[in-house]
Amino acid sequence: MRIKLRIWRQAGPDAPGAMQTYQLDNVSEKMSFLEMLDMLNEQLTAQDIEPVAFDHDCREGICGMCGVVIDGSAHGRYNSAVPTTTCQLHMRSFADGAVIDVEPWRAGAFPVIKDLVVDRKAFDRVIQAGGYISVNTGSAPDAHATPAPKRQSEKAFDNATCIGCGACVAACPNGSGMLFTSAKITHLAMLPQGQPERALRVKAMVAAHDAAGFGGCTNIGECASVCPKQIPLASIGQLNRDLIASLFKGDGK
Amino acid sequence: MAITGLILIAFLVMHMFGNLKMFIGAEAYNHYAEWLKGALESGGILEPLLPHGWFIWIFRAFMLACLILHIYCAAKVWAASLRGRGSRYVSVTRREQTVSARLMRWGGIALALLLIFHILMFTTKTIRPGFEASDDPYSMFVGAFGNWWVLAAYIVFMLVVCLHVRHGFWSAFTTLGGNVSPQARTILNALAYFVAALIFVGFMLPPVAVFLNLGVN
Ligand code: HEM
Ligand code: SF4
Ligand code: FES
Repeated sequence: MRIKLRIWRQAGPDAPGAMQTYQLDNVSEKMSFLEMLDMLNEQLTAQDIEPVAFDHDCREGICGMCGVVIDGSAHGRYNSAVPTTTCQLHMRSFADGAVIDVEPWRAGAFPVIKDLVVDRKAFDRVIQAGGYISVNTGSAPDAHATPAPKRQSEKAFDNATCIGCGACVAACPNGSGMLFTSAKITHLAMLPQGQPERALRVKAMVAAHDAAGFGGCTNIGECASVCPKQIPLASIGQLNRDLIASLFKGDGK
Repeated sequence: MAITGLILIAFLVMHMFGNLKMFIGAEAYNHYAEWLKGALESGGILEPLLPHGWFIWIFRAFMLACLILHIYCAAKVWAASLRGRGSRYVSVTRREQTVSARLMRWGGIALALLLIFHILMFTTKTIRPGFEASDDPYSMFVGAFGNWWVLAAYIVFMLVVCLHVRHGFWSAFTTLGGNVSPQARTILNALAYFVAALIFVGFMLPPVAVFLNLGVN
Protein backbone atom coordinates (compact mmCIF):
# COMPACT_ATOMS: atom_id res chain seq x y z
CA MET A 1 0.00 0.00 0.00
CA ARG A 2 0.99 3.61 -0.48
CA ILE A 3 -0.28 6.06 2.07
CA LYS A 4 0.13 9.72 2.84
CA LEU A 5 0.38 10.68 6.51
CA ARG A 6 -0.37 14.07 7.95
CA ILE A 7 1.09 13.99 11.46
CA TRP A 8 1.02 16.57 14.24
CA ARG A 9 4.59 17.64 14.99
CA GLN A 10 5.27 19.65 18.11
CA ALA A 11 8.82 19.99 19.45
CA GLY A 12 7.87 20.47 23.09
CA PRO A 13 5.10 21.35 25.53
CA ASP A 14 5.17 25.06 24.79
CA ALA A 15 6.31 24.92 21.17
CA PRO A 16 3.76 25.62 18.46
CA GLY A 17 2.65 22.53 16.53
CA ALA A 18 1.55 21.89 12.96
CA MET A 19 0.58 19.03 10.65
CA GLN A 20 3.46 17.66 8.55
CA THR A 21 2.95 15.50 5.49
CA TYR A 22 4.92 12.29 4.86
CA GLN A 23 4.68 9.81 2.01
CA LEU A 24 5.08 6.12 2.87
CA ASP A 25 5.35 3.36 0.25
CA ASN A 26 5.38 -0.43 0.57
CA VAL A 27 3.20 -0.50 3.64
CA SER A 28 1.86 -4.00 4.29
CA GLU A 29 -1.80 -4.25 5.21
CA LYS A 30 -0.77 -6.78 7.85
CA MET A 31 1.16 -4.11 9.74
CA SER A 32 -0.35 -2.65 12.86
CA PHE A 33 -0.71 1.10 12.92
CA LEU A 34 2.27 1.37 15.28
CA GLU A 35 4.44 -0.84 13.04
CA MET A 36 3.59 1.52 10.22
CA LEU A 37 4.76 4.44 12.41
CA ASP A 38 7.96 2.46 13.21
CA MET A 39 8.54 2.14 9.48
CA LEU A 40 8.00 5.85 9.03
CA ASN A 41 10.47 6.60 11.81
CA GLU A 42 13.15 4.40 10.21
CA GLN A 43 12.63 6.27 6.97
CA LEU A 44 12.82 9.63 8.77
CA THR A 45 15.97 8.60 10.66
CA ALA A 46 17.63 7.62 7.38
CA GLN A 47 16.69 11.04 6.00
CA ASP A 48 18.12 12.70 9.11
CA ILE A 49 14.73 14.00 10.20
CA GLU A 50 13.68 13.80 13.86
CA PRO A 51 11.45 10.68 14.27
CA VAL A 52 7.84 11.09 15.36
CA ALA A 53 7.46 10.63 19.12
CA PHE A 54 4.55 8.37 20.09
CA ASP A 55 3.70 6.37 23.20
CA HIS A 56 3.36 2.60 23.26
CA ASP A 57 4.20 -0.35 25.44
CA CYS A 58 2.41 -3.70 25.31
CA ARG A 59 1.23 -3.48 21.71
CA GLU A 60 -1.48 -5.96 22.57
CA GLY A 61 -4.28 -3.66 23.69
CA ILE A 62 -3.89 -3.98 27.45
CA CYS A 63 -1.61 -1.23 28.74
CA GLY A 64 -3.37 1.90 27.52
CA MET A 65 -0.25 3.75 26.39
CA CYS A 66 -0.72 3.98 22.66
CA GLY A 67 -3.68 6.25 21.98
CA VAL A 68 -3.64 8.73 19.14
CA VAL A 69 -6.47 10.34 17.20
CA ILE A 70 -6.59 8.99 13.64
CA ASP A 71 -8.69 10.91 11.11
CA GLY A 72 -10.51 12.57 14.00
CA SER A 73 -11.41 9.30 15.73
CA ALA A 74 -9.74 8.21 18.99
CA HIS A 75 -7.71 5.00 18.42
CA GLY A 76 -8.91 5.23 14.79
CA ARG A 77 -12.16 3.38 15.40
CA TYR A 78 -14.22 5.31 12.76
CA ASN A 79 -17.33 3.30 11.99
CA SER A 80 -15.79 -0.05 12.77
CA ALA A 81 -17.99 -2.45 14.72
CA VAL A 82 -15.04 -3.55 16.84
CA PRO A 83 -13.60 -1.36 19.57
CA THR A 84 -9.83 -1.10 19.34
CA THR A 85 -6.64 0.43 20.66
CA THR A 86 -4.25 2.08 18.20
CA CYS A 87 -1.79 -0.83 18.55
CA GLN A 88 -4.51 -3.30 17.56
CA LEU A 89 -5.58 -1.30 14.52
CA HIS A 90 -4.19 -2.72 11.30
CA MET A 91 -3.36 -1.09 8.02
CA ARG A 92 -5.94 -3.28 6.24
CA SER A 93 -8.50 -0.89 7.74
CA PHE A 94 -7.27 1.78 5.33
CA ALA A 95 -7.59 2.07 1.58
CA ASP A 96 -4.56 2.10 -0.69
CA GLY A 97 -3.59 5.69 -1.34
CA ALA A 98 -5.35 6.94 1.79
CA VAL A 99 -4.46 10.25 3.39
CA ILE A 100 -4.38 9.65 7.15
CA ASP A 101 -4.41 12.41 9.78
CA VAL A 102 -2.69 11.55 13.05
CA GLU A 103 -3.03 13.83 16.07
CA PRO A 104 -2.34 13.53 19.79
CA TRP A 105 -5.15 13.38 22.37
CA ARG A 106 -6.26 16.98 22.75
CA ALA A 107 -7.62 17.96 26.13
CA GLY A 108 -6.93 20.71 28.62
CA ALA A 109 -5.97 18.10 31.22
CA PHE A 110 -3.63 16.21 28.82
CA PRO A 111 -0.93 18.66 27.70
CA VAL A 112 1.21 17.56 24.74
CA ILE A 113 4.76 16.59 25.73
CA LYS A 114 6.02 16.06 22.21
CA ASP A 115 4.42 15.22 18.85
CA LEU A 116 1.85 12.52 19.67
CA VAL A 117 2.84 12.01 23.30
CA VAL A 118 0.64 13.56 25.98
CA ASP A 119 0.91 13.80 29.75
CA ARG A 120 -1.90 11.78 31.37
CA LYS A 121 -0.92 12.36 34.99
CA ALA A 122 -4.30 14.01 35.51
CA PHE A 123 -5.74 10.47 35.57
CA ASP A 124 -3.33 9.54 38.38
CA ARG A 125 -4.60 12.47 40.42
CA VAL A 126 -8.18 11.24 40.03
CA ILE A 127 -7.19 7.71 41.11
CA GLN A 128 -5.15 9.01 44.05
CA ALA A 129 -8.22 10.83 45.31
CA GLY A 130 -10.16 7.60 45.92
CA GLY A 131 -9.59 4.85 43.38
CA TYR A 132 -8.58 2.32 46.04
CA ILE A 133 -9.86 0.51 49.12
CA SER A 134 -8.18 0.76 52.53
CA VAL A 135 -7.33 -2.61 54.09
CA ASN A 136 -4.72 -3.88 56.48
CA THR A 137 -2.00 -5.78 54.71
CA GLY A 138 -0.97 -9.18 55.98
CA SER A 139 -1.74 -12.68 54.86
CA ALA A 140 -4.19 -12.82 51.95
CA PRO A 141 -7.78 -13.46 53.08
CA ASP A 142 -9.56 -16.57 51.85
CA ALA A 143 -11.06 -16.02 48.41
CA HIS A 144 -14.51 -16.90 49.71
CA ALA A 145 -14.28 -14.98 52.97
CA THR A 146 -16.38 -12.10 51.62
CA PRO A 147 -19.20 -13.21 49.32
CA ALA A 148 -19.76 -10.97 46.27
CA PRO A 149 -23.03 -11.38 44.35
CA LYS A 150 -22.52 -12.59 40.79
CA ARG A 151 -24.29 -9.82 38.90
CA GLN A 152 -22.47 -7.11 40.83
CA SER A 153 -19.10 -8.80 40.67
CA GLU A 154 -19.40 -9.13 36.90
CA LYS A 155 -20.24 -5.47 36.59
CA ALA A 156 -17.27 -4.67 38.81
CA PHE A 157 -15.02 -6.78 36.63
CA ASP A 158 -16.25 -5.18 33.39
CA ASN A 159 -15.51 -1.76 34.81
CA ALA A 160 -12.14 -2.84 36.19
CA THR A 161 -10.98 -3.54 32.63
CA CYS A 162 -10.44 0.18 31.97
CA ILE A 163 -6.82 0.57 30.87
CA GLY A 164 -6.65 4.30 31.49
CA CYS A 165 -5.86 5.05 27.85
CA GLY A 166 -7.66 8.40 27.80
CA ALA A 167 -9.59 7.85 24.56
CA CYS A 168 -12.77 8.84 26.36
CA VAL A 169 -11.31 12.25 27.19
CA ALA A 170 -9.84 12.66 23.72
CA ALA A 171 -13.18 11.94 22.02
CA CYS A 172 -15.30 14.03 24.37
CA PRO A 173 -16.40 17.41 22.95
CA ASN A 174 -16.17 18.68 26.55
CA GLY A 175 -12.80 17.08 27.34
CA SER A 176 -14.45 15.34 30.27
CA GLY A 177 -12.88 12.39 32.07
CA MET A 178 -16.16 11.11 33.48
CA LEU A 179 -16.12 7.71 31.77
CA PHE A 180 -12.69 6.91 33.22
CA THR A 181 -13.72 8.18 36.67
CA SER A 182 -17.02 6.32 36.55
CA ALA A 183 -15.33 3.04 35.58
CA LYS A 184 -13.37 3.11 38.84
CA ILE A 185 -16.38 4.30 40.85
CA THR A 186 -18.58 1.52 39.47
CA HIS A 187 -15.87 -1.11 39.87
CA LEU A 188 -15.49 -0.41 43.61
CA ALA A 189 -19.14 0.46 44.28
CA MET A 190 -20.25 -3.00 43.15
CA LEU A 191 -18.03 -4.90 45.58
CA PRO A 192 -18.44 -5.41 49.34
CA GLN A 193 -14.87 -4.21 49.86
CA GLY A 194 -15.74 -0.88 48.26
CA GLN A 195 -18.65 -0.05 50.57
CA PRO A 196 -16.97 1.62 53.59
CA GLU A 197 -15.46 4.39 51.48
CA ARG A 198 -18.16 4.52 48.80
CA ALA A 199 -19.67 7.96 49.54
CA LEU A 200 -16.35 9.55 50.36
CA ARG A 201 -14.74 8.08 47.23
CA VAL A 202 -17.28 9.44 44.76
CA LYS A 203 -17.12 12.95 46.20
CA ALA A 204 -13.32 12.97 46.32
CA MET A 205 -12.84 11.53 42.84
CA VAL A 206 -15.32 13.88 41.17
CA ALA A 207 -13.71 16.84 42.93
CA ALA A 208 -10.25 15.68 41.82
CA HIS A 209 -11.57 15.17 38.29
CA ASP A 210 -12.81 18.76 38.13
CA ALA A 211 -9.66 20.13 39.77
CA ALA A 212 -7.48 18.27 37.24
CA GLY A 213 -8.94 20.46 34.47
CA PHE A 214 -11.34 18.02 32.82
CA GLY A 215 -14.62 19.39 31.45
CA GLY A 216 -18.10 18.44 32.63
CA CYS A 217 -20.09 15.53 31.20
CA THR A 218 -23.13 16.48 29.09
CA ASN A 219 -24.17 12.90 28.27
CA ILE A 220 -23.20 12.92 24.60
CA GLY A 221 -21.82 9.37 24.44
CA GLU A 222 -18.69 9.81 22.31
CA CYS A 223 -16.53 8.42 25.15
CA ALA A 224 -18.20 5.03 25.44
CA SER A 225 -18.29 4.67 21.67
CA VAL A 226 -14.49 4.84 21.32
CA CYS A 227 -13.59 3.06 24.56
CA PRO A 228 -11.45 0.04 23.64
CA LYS A 229 -12.72 -1.76 26.73
CA GLN A 230 -16.40 -0.94 26.11
CA ILE A 231 -16.94 0.79 29.44
CA PRO A 232 -20.64 1.71 29.00
CA LEU A 233 -22.26 5.10 29.43
CA ALA A 234 -24.28 3.41 32.18
CA SER A 235 -21.17 3.63 34.39
CA ILE A 236 -21.52 7.41 34.34
CA GLY A 237 -25.15 6.84 35.36
CA GLN A 238 -23.92 4.80 38.32
CA LEU A 239 -21.48 7.56 39.26
CA ASN A 240 -24.29 10.13 39.14
CA ARG A 241 -26.44 7.91 41.31
CA ASP A 242 -23.68 7.46 43.87
CA LEU A 243 -22.83 11.15 43.81
CA ILE A 244 -26.43 12.17 44.51
CA ALA A 245 -26.70 9.54 47.27
CA SER A 246 -23.42 10.74 48.80
CA LEU A 247 -24.86 14.24 49.22
CA PHE A 248 -27.19 12.82 51.86
CA LYS A 249 -24.40 11.05 53.75
CA GLY A 250 -22.17 12.65 56.37
CA ASP A 251 -18.96 11.33 54.78
CA GLY A 252 -16.65 13.97 53.39
CA LYS A 253 -18.53 16.99 54.66
CA MET B 1 -29.28 22.12 35.56
CA ALA B 2 -31.17 18.84 35.20
CA ILE B 3 -33.81 19.83 37.74
CA THR B 4 -34.43 23.31 36.33
CA GLY B 5 -34.47 21.84 32.82
CA LEU B 6 -37.13 19.30 33.76
CA ILE B 7 -39.22 22.03 35.42
CA LEU B 8 -39.01 24.05 32.19
CA ILE B 9 -40.08 21.00 30.17
CA ALA B 10 -43.01 20.41 32.55
CA PHE B 11 -44.01 24.04 31.99
CA LEU B 12 -43.84 23.51 28.22
CA VAL B 13 -46.19 20.55 28.44
CA MET B 14 -48.68 22.53 30.55
CA HIS B 15 -48.43 25.52 28.21
CA MET B 16 -49.01 23.30 25.21
CA PHE B 17 -52.01 21.74 26.90
CA GLY B 18 -53.40 25.21 27.63
CA ASN B 19 -52.93 26.31 24.03
CA LEU B 20 -54.89 23.29 22.81
CA LYS B 21 -57.92 24.73 24.66
CA MET B 22 -58.13 26.95 21.62
CA PHE B 23 -59.94 24.13 19.80
CA ILE B 24 -62.75 24.18 22.36
CA GLY B 25 -63.50 27.76 21.44
CA ALA B 26 -62.83 31.38 22.31
CA GLU B 27 -64.68 31.29 25.58
CA ALA B 28 -62.87 28.28 27.00
CA TYR B 29 -59.50 29.65 25.96
CA ASN B 30 -60.04 33.14 27.35
CA HIS B 31 -61.53 31.75 30.52
CA TYR B 32 -58.44 29.62 31.04
CA ALA B 33 -56.08 32.56 30.42
CA GLU B 34 -57.97 34.75 32.82
CA TRP B 35 -58.18 32.03 35.40
CA LEU B 36 -54.36 31.77 35.35
CA LYS B 37 -53.99 35.50 35.79
CA GLY B 38 -56.65 35.67 38.50
CA ALA B 39 -58.58 38.08 36.30
CA LEU B 40 -61.93 36.29 36.53
CA GLU B 41 -64.76 37.83 38.46
CA SER B 42 -64.90 34.72 40.62
CA GLY B 43 -61.15 35.03 41.18
CA GLY B 44 -58.81 32.53 39.58
CA ILE B 45 -56.30 29.80 40.25
CA LEU B 46 -55.50 29.17 43.91
CA GLU B 47 -58.05 31.68 45.14
CA PRO B 48 -58.86 32.24 47.95
CA LEU B 49 -55.60 30.59 49.10
CA LEU B 50 -53.65 33.45 47.53
CA PRO B 51 -54.85 37.04 47.22
CA HIS B 52 -56.31 38.11 43.90
CA GLY B 53 -53.84 38.00 41.02
CA TRP B 54 -50.88 36.88 43.10
CA PHE B 55 -50.49 33.43 41.62
CA ILE B 56 -49.38 34.59 38.17
CA TRP B 57 -46.63 36.77 39.63
CA ILE B 58 -45.34 34.09 41.97
CA PHE B 59 -45.38 31.65 39.07
CA ARG B 60 -43.58 34.07 36.74
CA ALA B 61 -40.91 34.73 39.38
CA PHE B 62 -40.45 30.99 39.89
CA MET B 63 -40.13 30.29 36.15
CA LEU B 64 -37.71 33.17 35.74
CA ALA B 65 -35.61 31.87 38.64
CA CYS B 66 -35.51 28.41 37.02
CA LEU B 67 -34.55 29.92 33.69
CA ILE B 68 -31.78 32.03 35.18
CA LEU B 69 -30.38 29.13 37.22
CA HIS B 70 -30.52 26.95 34.12
CA ILE B 71 -28.60 29.49 32.05
CA TYR B 72 -26.11 30.07 34.85
CA CYS B 73 -25.33 26.33 35.06
CA ALA B 74 -25.08 26.13 31.27
CA ALA B 75 -22.53 28.96 31.26
CA LYS B 76 -20.45 27.17 33.89
CA VAL B 77 -20.49 23.88 31.97
CA TRP B 78 -19.62 25.71 28.76
CA ALA B 79 -16.66 27.42 30.41
CA ALA B 80 -15.45 24.07 31.83
CA SER B 81 -15.65 22.55 28.33
CA LEU B 82 -13.64 25.30 26.73
CA ARG B 83 -10.95 24.69 29.34
CA GLY B 84 -11.38 20.90 29.25
CA ARG B 85 -11.08 20.28 25.54
CA GLY B 86 -7.89 22.31 25.06
CA SER B 87 -6.63 22.95 21.55
CA ARG B 88 -8.85 21.96 18.64
CA TYR B 89 -8.44 18.93 16.42
CA VAL B 90 -7.52 19.39 12.79
CA SER B 91 -9.98 16.63 11.87
CA VAL B 92 -12.91 15.38 13.94
CA THR B 93 -15.09 12.32 13.37
CA ARG B 94 -18.05 11.91 15.71
CA ARG B 95 -19.62 8.52 16.20
CA GLU B 96 -22.45 9.14 18.65
CA GLN B 97 -23.17 12.83 19.05
CA THR B 98 -26.69 13.66 17.93
CA VAL B 99 -27.64 16.87 16.15
CA SER B 100 -29.59 17.89 19.23
CA ALA B 101 -26.60 17.31 21.53
CA ARG B 102 -24.39 19.32 19.21
CA LEU B 103 -26.78 22.27 19.16
CA MET B 104 -27.47 22.53 22.91
CA ARG B 105 -25.41 25.65 23.48
CA TRP B 106 -25.98 27.78 20.39
CA GLY B 107 -29.52 26.41 20.22
CA GLY B 108 -30.04 27.44 23.84
CA ILE B 109 -29.00 30.99 23.01
CA ALA B 110 -31.34 31.05 20.01
CA LEU B 111 -34.09 29.70 22.26
CA ALA B 112 -33.58 32.47 24.81
CA LEU B 113 -33.75 35.14 22.08
CA LEU B 114 -36.89 33.62 20.57
CA LEU B 115 -38.44 33.45 24.03
CA ILE B 116 -37.86 37.17 24.47
CA PHE B 117 -39.54 37.74 21.11
CA HIS B 118 -42.43 35.53 22.21
CA ILE B 119 -42.95 37.44 25.48
CA LEU B 120 -42.70 40.78 23.67
CA MET B 121 -45.49 39.57 21.44
CA PHE B 122 -48.03 37.83 23.66
CA THR B 123 -47.28 39.07 27.17
CA THR B 124 -46.15 42.68 26.91
CA LYS B 125 -47.84 43.07 23.49
CA THR B 126 -45.04 45.29 22.26
CA ILE B 127 -44.94 43.50 18.91
CA ARG B 128 -48.53 43.26 17.65
CA PRO B 129 -48.81 41.59 14.25
CA GLY B 130 -52.52 41.45 13.38
CA PHE B 131 -53.99 42.28 16.80
CA GLU B 132 -54.57 45.18 19.20
CA ALA B 133 -53.24 45.50 22.74
CA SER B 134 -56.81 45.51 23.99
CA ASP B 135 -57.69 42.18 22.34
CA ASP B 136 -58.54 39.16 24.45
CA PRO B 137 -56.00 36.27 24.33
CA TYR B 138 -58.04 34.34 21.76
CA SER B 139 -58.35 37.22 19.27
CA MET B 140 -54.67 37.91 19.80
CA PHE B 141 -53.83 34.32 18.92
CA VAL B 142 -56.05 34.26 15.84
CA GLY B 143 -54.86 37.68 14.69
CA ALA B 144 -51.18 36.83 15.02
CA PHE B 145 -51.25 33.48 13.27
CA GLY B 146 -53.12 34.87 10.29
CA ASN B 147 -49.67 36.14 9.25
CA TRP B 148 -47.48 33.67 7.42
CA TRP B 149 -44.30 35.12 8.89
CA VAL B 150 -45.54 34.69 12.46
CA LEU B 151 -46.32 31.08 11.66
CA ALA B 152 -42.87 30.63 10.08
CA ALA B 153 -41.18 32.23 13.10
CA TYR B 154 -43.00 29.88 15.45
CA ILE B 155 -42.08 26.84 13.37
CA VAL B 156 -38.44 27.85 13.78
CA PHE B 157 -39.03 28.59 17.47
CA MET B 158 -40.56 25.19 18.08
CA LEU B 159 -37.85 23.36 16.12
CA VAL B 160 -35.24 25.03 18.31
CA VAL B 161 -37.25 24.20 21.45
CA CYS B 162 -37.76 20.58 20.50
CA LEU B 163 -34.14 19.98 19.56
CA HIS B 164 -33.20 21.38 22.97
CA VAL B 165 -35.76 19.19 24.70
CA ARG B 166 -34.64 16.10 22.74
CA HIS B 167 -31.15 16.05 24.21
CA GLY B 168 -32.15 17.86 27.39
CA PHE B 169 -34.73 15.31 28.48
CA TRP B 170 -32.39 12.35 28.08
CA SER B 171 -29.47 14.22 29.60
CA ALA B 172 -31.43 15.41 32.65
CA PHE B 173 -32.56 11.91 33.56
CA THR B 174 -29.05 10.56 33.04
CA THR B 175 -27.57 13.22 35.29
CA LEU B 176 -30.13 12.30 37.92
CA GLY B 177 -28.94 8.69 37.77
CA GLY B 178 -31.60 7.18 35.51
CA ASN B 179 -29.24 5.61 33.01
CA VAL B 180 -27.78 2.53 34.65
CA SER B 181 -28.12 -0.04 31.86
CA PRO B 182 -28.15 -0.17 28.06
CA GLN B 183 -31.92 -0.76 28.20
CA ALA B 184 -32.40 2.33 30.33
CA ARG B 185 -30.40 4.28 27.76
CA THR B 186 -32.66 3.11 24.94
CA ILE B 187 -35.81 3.86 26.92
CA LEU B 188 -34.70 7.33 28.04
CA ASN B 189 -33.69 8.25 24.50
CA ALA B 190 -36.97 6.97 23.08
CA LEU B 191 -38.90 8.96 25.68
CA ALA B 192 -36.88 12.05 24.80
CA TYR B 193 -37.87 11.72 21.13
CA PHE B 194 -41.46 11.16 22.14
CA VAL B 195 -41.65 14.22 24.41
CA ALA B 196 -39.91 16.41 21.83
CA ALA B 197 -42.30 15.26 19.08
CA LEU B 198 -45.31 15.66 21.35
CA ILE B 199 -44.35 19.22 22.21
CA PHE B 200 -43.73 20.08 18.58
CA VAL B 201 -47.02 18.70 17.33
CA GLY B 202 -49.04 19.96 20.30
CA PHE B 203 -47.71 23.50 20.01
CA MET B 204 -47.95 23.69 16.24
CA LEU B 205 -51.52 22.36 15.87
CA PRO B 206 -53.35 25.54 16.99
CA PRO B 207 -51.27 28.01 14.95
CA VAL B 208 -51.49 25.84 11.83
CA ALA B 209 -55.25 25.47 12.30
CA VAL B 210 -55.60 29.24 12.64
CA PHE B 211 -53.49 29.86 9.57
CA LEU B 212 -55.42 27.39 7.44
CA ASN B 213 -58.76 28.47 8.89
CA LEU B 214 -59.57 24.96 10.04
CA GLY B 215 -62.15 24.57 12.76
CA VAL B 216 -61.24 27.86 14.39
CA ASN B 217 -63.59 30.80 14.24
C1 HEM C 1 -46.37 27.48 19.01
C2 HEM C 1 -45.85 27.74 20.16
C3 HEM C 1 -46.43 28.71 21.19
C4 HEM C 1 -47.57 29.47 21.16
C5 HEM C 1 -48.62 29.55 20.08
C6 HEM C 1 -47.61 30.20 22.39
C7 HEM C 1 -48.62 31.08 22.72
C8 HEM C 1 -48.62 31.86 23.86
C9 HEM C 1 -49.64 32.82 24.20
C10 HEM C 1 -50.87 33.13 23.36
C11 HEM C 1 -49.28 33.38 25.39
C12 HEM C 1 -50.04 34.47 26.15
C13 HEM C 1 -51.13 33.89 26.94
C14 HEM C 1 -51.93 34.97 27.64
O1 HEM C 1 -51.71 36.14 27.40
O2 HEM C 1 -52.75 34.57 28.45
C15 HEM C 1 -48.03 32.79 25.81
C16 HEM C 1 -47.31 33.10 26.95
C17 HEM C 1 -46.07 32.57 27.28
N1 HEM C 1 -45.36 31.56 26.62
FE1 HEM C 1 -45.93 30.72 24.91
N2 HEM C 1 -46.49 29.88 23.13
C18 HEM C 1 -45.73 28.97 22.42
C19 HEM C 1 -44.53 28.37 22.79
C20 HEM C 1 -43.82 28.72 23.94
C21 HEM C 1 -42.56 28.14 24.33
C22 HEM C 1 -41.81 27.09 23.54
C23 HEM C 1 -42.18 28.72 25.51
C24 HEM C 1 -40.94 28.49 26.37
C25 HEM C 1 -39.77 28.24 25.97
C26 HEM C 1 -43.21 29.66 25.86
C27 HEM C 1 -43.19 30.43 26.98
C28 HEM C 1 -44.18 31.35 27.30
C29 HEM C 1 -44.09 32.23 28.41
C30 HEM C 1 -42.93 32.29 29.43
C31 HEM C 1 -45.27 33.00 28.40
C32 HEM C 1 -45.65 34.14 29.32
C33 HEM C 1 -46.24 33.77 30.54
C34 HEM C 1 -46.74 35.01 31.22
O3 HEM C 1 -47.60 35.69 30.67
O4 HEM C 1 -46.26 35.24 32.32
N3 HEM C 1 -44.19 29.62 24.90
N4 HEM C 1 -47.63 31.85 24.85
S1 SF4 D 1 -12.88 4.35 30.08
FE1 SF4 D 1 -12.24 3.33 28.18
S2 SF4 D 1 -11.52 5.03 26.88
FE2 SF4 D 1 -11.59 5.81 28.98
S3 SF4 D 1 -9.52 5.48 29.81
FE3 SF4 D 1 -10.73 3.65 30.37
S4 SF4 D 1 -10.35 2.20 28.69
FE4 SF4 D 1 -9.69 4.20 27.93
S1 FES E 1 0.45 -0.31 23.32
FE1 FES E 1 -0.56 -1.12 25.09
S2 FES E 1 -2.64 -0.76 24.62
FE2 FES E 1 -1.67 -0.20 22.77
